[in-house]
Amino acid sequence: MPDIFGIPPQALFGQLLLGLINGSFYAMLSLGLAIIFGLLNIINFTHGAQYMMGAFTAWMLLNWLGISYWWSMLIVPVVVGTFGVLIERTMLRHLYKLDHLYGLLLTFGIALIVQGMYRDQFGSSGLPYRIPDALRGGTDLGFMYMPNYRGWVVAVSLVVCLTTWFVIEKTKLGAYLRAATENPPMVQAFGINVPRMVTLTYGFGVGLAAFSGVLAAPIYQVSPQMGADLIIVVFAVVVIGGMGSIMGSIVTGFGLGIIEGLTKVFYPEASATVIFVIMAIVLLLKPAGLFGRVR
Amino acid sequence: MSGTGGMPRHQQILFGCMVAFLAVAPFVIYPVFLMKVLCFALFACAFNLLVGFVGLLSFGHAMFFGGAAYVAAHGAKVWGLPFELAILAGTATSALLGLAVGALAIRRQGIYFSMITLALAQMIYFFALQAPFTGGEDGLQKVPRGKLLGMISLQNDLTLYFVVAAIFLAAFLAIYRIVHSPFGQVLKAIRENEPRAISLGYKADQYKLAAFVLSATLVGLAGSVKSIVFQLASLTDVHWTMSGEAVLMTLVGGMGTIFGPIAGAVVIITMQNYLAELGSWVTIVQGVVFVACVLAFRRGIVGEIARAIRKPL
Amino acid sequence: MKKLKNMLLGAAALTALALPAAAQTNVKIGILTDMSSLYTDLAGAGSVLAARMAVEDFGAAAKGIKVDFVSADHQNKADVGSNVGRQWFDVDKVDVIVDVPNSGVALAINEIAKDKNKVFLVSGAASSGLTGAACSPNTVHWTYDTWALANGTGSAIVKTGGDSWFFLTADYAFGHQLEADTAAVVNKLGGKVLGAVRHPLNANDFSSFLLQAQSSRAKIVGLANAGGDTVNSIKQAAEFGIVRRGQNLAGLLVFLTDVHALGLETAQGLIMTEAFYWDQNDASRAFAKRFSAANKGIHPTMVHAGVYASVLHYLKAVEAGKSATDGKAVVERMKAMPTDDPLFGKGVVRKDGRKIHDMYLFEVKKPSESKAPWDYYKLRATIPAAEAFRPIADGKCPIAG
Repeated sequence: MPDIFGIPPQALFGQLLLGLINGSFYAMLSLGLAIIFGLLNIINFTHGAQYMMGAFTAWMLLNWLGISYWWSMLIVPVVVGTFGVLIERTMLRHLYKLDHLYGLLLTFGIALIVQGMYRDQFGSSGLPYRIPDALRGGTDLGFMYMPNYRGWVVAVSLVVCLTTWFVIEKTKLGAYLRAATENPPMVQAFGINVPRMVTLTYGFGVGLAAFSGVLAAPIYQVSPQMGADLIIVVFAVVVIGGMGSIMGSIVTGFGLGIIEGLTKVFYPEASATVIFVIMAIVLLLKPAGLFGRVR
Repeated sequence: MSGTGGMPRHQQILFGCMVAFLAVAPFVIYPVFLMKVLCFALFACAFNLLVGFVGLLSFGHAMFFGGAAYVAAHGAKVWGLPFELAILAGTATSALLGLAVGALAIRRQGIYFSMITLALAQMIYFFALQAPFTGGEDGLQKVPRGKLLGMISLQNDLTLYFVVAAIFLAAFLAIYRIVHSPFGQVLKAIRENEPRAISLGYKADQYKLAAFVLSATLVGLAGSVKSIVFQLASLTDVHWTMSGEAVLMTLVGGMGTIFGPIAGAVVIITMQNYLAELGSWVTIVQGVVFVACVLAFRRGIVGEIARAIRKPL
Repeated sequence: MKKLKNMLLGAAALTALALPAAAQTNVKIGILTDMSSLYTDLAGAGSVLAARMAVEDFGAAAKGIKVDFVSADHQNKADVGSNVGRQWFDVDKVDVIVDVPNSGVALAINEIAKDKNKVFLVSGAASSGLTGAACSPNTVHWTYDTWALANGTGSAIVKTGGDSWFFLTADYAFGHQLEADTAAVVNKLGGKVLGAVRHPLNANDFSSFLLQAQSSRAKIVGLANAGGDTVNSIKQAAEFGIVRRGQNLAGLLVFLTDVHALGLETAQGLIMTEAFYWDQNDASRAFAKRFSAANKGIHPTMVHAGVYASVLHYLKAVEAGKSATDGKAVVERMKAMPTDDPLFGKGVVRKDGRKIHDMYLFEVKKPSESKAPWDYYKLRATIPAAEAFRPIADGKCPIAG
């Protein structure tokens, strides 16, 4: 096969696959952010910190209580999600009628506090987390060596994203959720406890972030800073996909992972900036994002 | 005080107190610290011009601050420009950059406006990281302070302080004039109800663009002065967290008030300065301030005072 | 009347004689370090502790030197750091600033210390420019620099057959310098550099870059980055089987705390150059024991050791000159006196401000070889002091000529 822009096609396949893997983190994180924005009208800047808490909670469970990775996948989202519920109950709910800015600043403040406390407790260089035994090793795909764990990440992330999409877009519960986004008093009138639904939605979004954190723990270093820089990238993904659009953030998450992966081959220095270039272009051409509606 | 003409009496008094304080302060407080406060106060005031009086929240003002800092520093150090011209060059760069960015960004509203400014600022950051003249993360160091009008050496902190204080007061009065001019009234009308302002025959986009460029220019002035005072321009100045600091100062002080951003800058810079010894607790304390402001003092320090005495400040 | 006058004169003469002996020298040490991000563990609060231990061990109080401390977080921002530095020198009357683990901040402090004629003892910063083009009569660069790391690791690996290299470089000035310094050593010894990829700071995912390194077929993948970036690249290299498939990793800037963060299972076999390891001799072990007891169990890195030793030597110079006010004079005295301390042994401070001592090439142990917590390194080679640092002529330092 001929080279594509000087890169052998096998290597290119490898890079595309890696992009897809990174994209699965973007997809899961931006999904949570999009759900929260859709219903609460709040830009959750604590998302990165909650992702970090997910990874740390998994580490604490393993090292302090001997609870395995598999149980962590269930327990951690619940634990961190509960933390989210507490934040919503005590602070966020006073801000719903205000400008986006206040929710953003409040959650940003909470993120600073959380990250500071973890750093004080665990130091800055991070902690190791072993890949679970069942997923160790890798498979030779011919064009690249694929660690089994990365394959697992893509599979799990796809399942989680599509299930969430299905629940919100195709079930009765999801219909209530969407209705509550459009017209809360009306849904309340149907006898549904809207404030509780809002609380649980926030908890679910936070739980998704924590779940991504558990998935990330064996690949990336478990450190207090791990979510700090990620948040503006993930936020950009949500904006590109269209704020509040579920499918938009999933597709954009995977898509941008791939674009970023390609940038790492052709112009690696710019790989952290390419997402913002795309965001500027998209917003100028399609103001509401790729999949969003103007509201 | 000819510049204060038209100010209500209580604002005149406050302004007089500020001038008096600025005249005495350097003999009691460390002048370099005061200069830092003044630079950031100007940054916050200029930022507030856009968010407080036009309702446009920019997440990218670091590009004007840092961009001007780099140009001023490069001008003074490499081209050997005198103090005034270095600052002028930095400010002019910001004005031009503001024109280009503003023309793109004002086409969108609300959070989308914020995100476009953020995206463009990230590109400027990338440029600053890649361009050879900026010195990467080491920044441009050893920037000479030079001489005022080619005669008075600015090497002495106290001399430089009075120059910076004069620049600050001039810029502050300029902002006051802008806000209270007919032009400023149109801006407020656009903030309150853009469609109505348009139906009254105002070309809202042109007004917004003009306000954006003015804001960028004054932020550039702050950035240029900062780089000469500290003899340093670095990536910190163009990083997105710098834009966040402008938001924080404005919010803490009181958005849409005249004196608020100054109070915000004083509080935040003092905190950063004296909490530096707390080590890892700095970010925690900052976070608590954020949370407390949003939950309890949403109008900011000056905003709450103004409400208590029922007079605009 | 005359008698009284004589008595008074006599008393005055007595006091004049007695004063120098009883006079107290005041020293204020400012520890400027990273307490809130990347370098907190390898410097941070540990550096403050190390400085205090040095003052204690020197017995400053008994020798008539009164020492005060201040410390601050520079947040890895040159403007924050320079601001603190100015204020310390101008207002708080600090005589010496120590540590500063960040080259950008260190270069700024270097200038300010020169302007104000104070002293700057560098331990944490890597830039070899501090004793090169930017060298200053007020600065001593103690622990290590980019040239020493590149030279130590680069030459040791080329000599043992690792003659083709591919670099993973942080797209920052220090990353570029580390890469350039190492590439120069590799080329000089007849090796080849097959390529390099520049990644953004805090890139998080390195798999793509590692794949590029893999397809270059270089024998050695050189990591010209630091902190979290190095840790993540090593971790992911293990995941993608880079080492198992025949390539070797060379960490150019790796600290003990990074190895601790990685765990031996992932870090085993990694080769790096350092100036100090806690388990070298009885003196270093004793130091580590006291240090870790007061520092949450974290064992001293070479940066901590450098802070300790440089403060100790500084105090000796202050004692000899009985004053800390003239920074240039103190540094000249530091250069004139040979150094001798429990952690680095005997050495000298060169004219350009470079401290000269042995450097060591370490290899990270296998999990099975590690007998105790923090038992991580085995010594591969000692790089003698004469070869460990850049020859003074190559630095182009104006004051060394």
